[in-house]
Amino acid sequence: MCRSLVWIFCAGKLGRRERSDKDEGLWNCCFLCLPGTVFSICCHLLHATLPQISPSSPVPTSGLSLAVIFSYKRSVSVGRGTRKRDEDSGTEVAEGADEWAQSKATVRPPDQLELTDAELKEEFTRILTANNPHAPQNIVRYSFKEGTYKLIGFVDQLAVHFSQVGNLIPKDSDEGRRQRYRNNLVTGSEESAKLVISEAEVVEEEDEPKEAEAGSQTDVPAAEAAEKVAEELMTPKQPKERKLTNKFNFSERASQTFNNPLRDRECQMEPPPRTNFSATANQWEIYDAYVEELEKQEKTKEKEKAKTPVAKKMGKMAMRKMTSMESQSDDITKVTQAAKIVERMVNQNTYDDVAQDFKYYEDAADEYRDQEGTLLPLWKFQNDKAKRLAVTALCWNPKYNDLFAVGHGSYDFMKQSRGMLLLYSMKNPSFPEYIFSSESGIMCLDMHMDHPYLVVVGHYDGNVAIYNLKKPHSQPSFRSSAKSGKHTDPVWQVKWQKDDMDNNLNFFSVSSDGRIVSWTLVKSELVHTDVIKLKVEGSTTESLEGLQLYTVGCGTAFDFHKEIDYMFLVGTEEGKIYKCSKSYSSQFLDTYDAHNMAVDAVSWNPYHTKVFMSCSSDWTVKIWDHTIKTPMFIYDLNSAVGDVAWAPYSSTVFAAVTTNGKTHVFDLSINKYEAICNQPVVAKKKNKITHVQFNPIHPIIIVGDDRGHVTCLKLSPNLRKMPKEKKGQEVQKGPAVEIAKLDKLLNLVREVKTKI
Amino acid sequence: MAEVEETLKRIQTHKGVIGTMVVNAEGIPIRTTLDNSTTVQYAGLLHQLTMKARSTVRDIDPQNDLTFLRIRSKKHEIMVAPDKEYLLIVIQNPCE
Repeated sequence: MCRSLVWIFCAGKLGRRERSDKDEGLWNCCFLCLPGTVFSICCHLLHATLPQISPSSPVPTSGLSLAVIFSYKRSVSVGRGTRKRDEDSGTEVAEGADEWAQSKATVRPPDQLELTDAELKEEFTRILTANNPHAPQNIVRYSFKEGTYKLIGFVDQLAVHFSQVGNLIPKDSDEGRRQRYRNNLVTGSEESAKLVISEAEVVEEEDEPKEAEAGSQTDVPAAEAAEKVAEELMTPKQPKERKLTNKFNFSERASQTFNNPLRDRECQMEPPPRTNFSATANQWEIYDAYVEELEKQEKTKEKEKAKTPVAKKMGKMAMRKMTSMESQSDDITKVTQAAKIVERMVNQNTYDDVAQDFKYYEDAADEYRDQEGTLLPLWKFQNDKAKRLAVTALCWNPKYNDLFAVGHGSYDFMKQSRGMLLLYSMKNPSFPEYIFSSESGIMCLDMHMDHPYLVVVGHYDGNVAIYNLKKPHSQPSFRSSAKSGKHTDPVWQVKWQKDDMDNNLNFFSVSSDGRIVSWTLVKSELVHTDVIKLKVEGSTTESLEGLQLYTVGCGTAFDFHKEIDYMFLVGTEEGKIYKCSKSYSSQFLDTYDAHNMAVDAVSWNPYHTKVFMSCSSDWTVKIWDHTIKTPMFIYDLNSAVGDVAWAPYSSTVFAAVTTNGKTHVFDLSINKYEAICNQPVVAKKKNKITHVQFNPIHPIIIVGDDRGHVTCLKLSPNLRKMPKEKKGQEVQKGPAVEIAKLDKLLNLVREVKTKI
Repeated sequence: MAEVEETLKRIQTHKGVIGTMVVNAEGIPIRTTLDNSTTVQYAGLLHQLTMKARSTVRDIDPQNDLTFLRIRSKKHEIMVAPDKEYLLIVIQNPCE
């Protein structure tokens, strides 16, 4: 009660100042009347004063603040009013107990909420919960099951205010164990090191005491030993405990050595020489490389095989010379091949129509021409150098079907000059492929069957020579001379023979001096052998001393039998044809009185073994069977016949050229009496055609005239007729057919003759 | 050596030939009868074309090789003959 009184006193004291209306009264009456009410009032006042006190001294009110929080009455207003007069409280306390009674009047601020008592007494309960005030309370989720939005009952109330990732790991986790293990290892090693040191120290200590105080200190070493043992015992148990360094009896010593001054030493070398290399690797480049390798290997093999000591040196010298020559020679020489190709191309362009004709043109008019044919002129070959020289020989190359050789010389006895050998290709009509010139006119030539690069020529002066086309020299490789038995008269015909038994090249020549000579190429020298001497029969006269003189016939043409190797025919200036054998040197096998003038050409039929043909300047062409003395067929061509040739594709077709510029083609199976083609071939009539040759493969013939021109002509289809197919029968092709064809004809003729 | 010169001369004087040139493996003209700018143009373009043509032929069959290349146009015909190190180009007007 005194307490309460005290309080009241205080309150009254304070309350004196407030002179509010209602409250003043209240205060006073309560105080005087009832003790119970006094308490309540005390409480009331207590409450009232509390707020006043509270701002000045927070500590004392702490205990009571709870009560305020939990339940407070609306007496705060009173307190507020009193609070304002706080500052003055000190001074006015002393003043008056009189005013104390009046001081209970509370002062209200003007904007204070006015509430009724009931309202004032209302208790408001505030509950602390752990709910997150910011968590939403109305989260809805769409439920597919029911197809509507549904409220989620439980909402997560966790509010994270702060989070930090730490680096603590539990001891027993994997990582924790691993780290512990690692640490133990480290400490263990340290420990072991320390252990070693400590042992050493201990040992040292042991030694020292031992030494110092031998007797009395026995305990110490023992103790130390014990310690040591204990340590040892300890350390295995806890090997991973690190020894903590004691600040007091632990000293660490360190010393720093001089840092050596650093120096940089550099050395720069010359950069190695570099080259850039780039190449492509295609399939064909790889192929090329392999081919080169192969060639190299083959070369080395050949070198090994063909080596002789002398040859070696020579070879090397030659090689060196070659290489040096190559390096010195002008670059332009390497374009030869390309230049050749281009020249041909250019010519092809220029003579495009001719080339097309050659390949594809077939004279369609032949169908209407009954049985006659024509010769289509294709190219014309001529060369300035050989302009005034007559074509004296023509020969197709057996291997390259577009290459042919033309021999130039002169038939004129009075005008004898130089000679030329030109080789043309049909692919390049404007310029010959090879040019050889000689001092004496070339009268005849022949190309070897097996070695198509060897050409043998016979000269007007009686010499023979062999040209090697592989070697580009203008001079012949081998030449006969007066010493080696050349002819004394022009060589009219030369022909290659098969290689003799020693594999030496072999050819025959016939000349006006009446000798038929066989030449053999033995070790780069021409060795001659007289095969036969053409004696004119019936001309042997006896002279003095029993010598037999005979007139020598002049051979002008010869031909070897295709199958019977030793047999050959010789035509003479007298018009006779002798059938001779290589083995008989003095006697002829047979003689034919062929012509009235010199026989210009004789030729065996390519298919029929018995038939041969001859032509002469007496305007006739005669076809013989060598078993019969009289000719089978005789043709009069109104002009001196220069040359006659069988066609390679048929046994009954042949061509003859005359000096009036005409070419006659005969086909005995079609027309026995007349030529099926009779055509002037050269431009001017003055040009005499001297030779004709059939191409072995293509249906063309070349014709040479005495102006040095060679014309190439295509045979029209009628001229190359093959036997017609009969219905139901297969056409047989081959030599047998041809032979049979000719046989038939011959039989006809023979029958006629026998009849006659 | 003289032979090649002669051949080239003959080609040049042949009917319808407009010009000839020799180009080396890198496409640089060595010899020509045409003017400089034309030569350079022809050389560069034809060199590339020839390389392409050659690689085409050889890719199809490595044992094969390009012999020559002919390009016929309205006005004239360009003929290229490739060699191991050189290229010979001839422009001709095929008379028709």
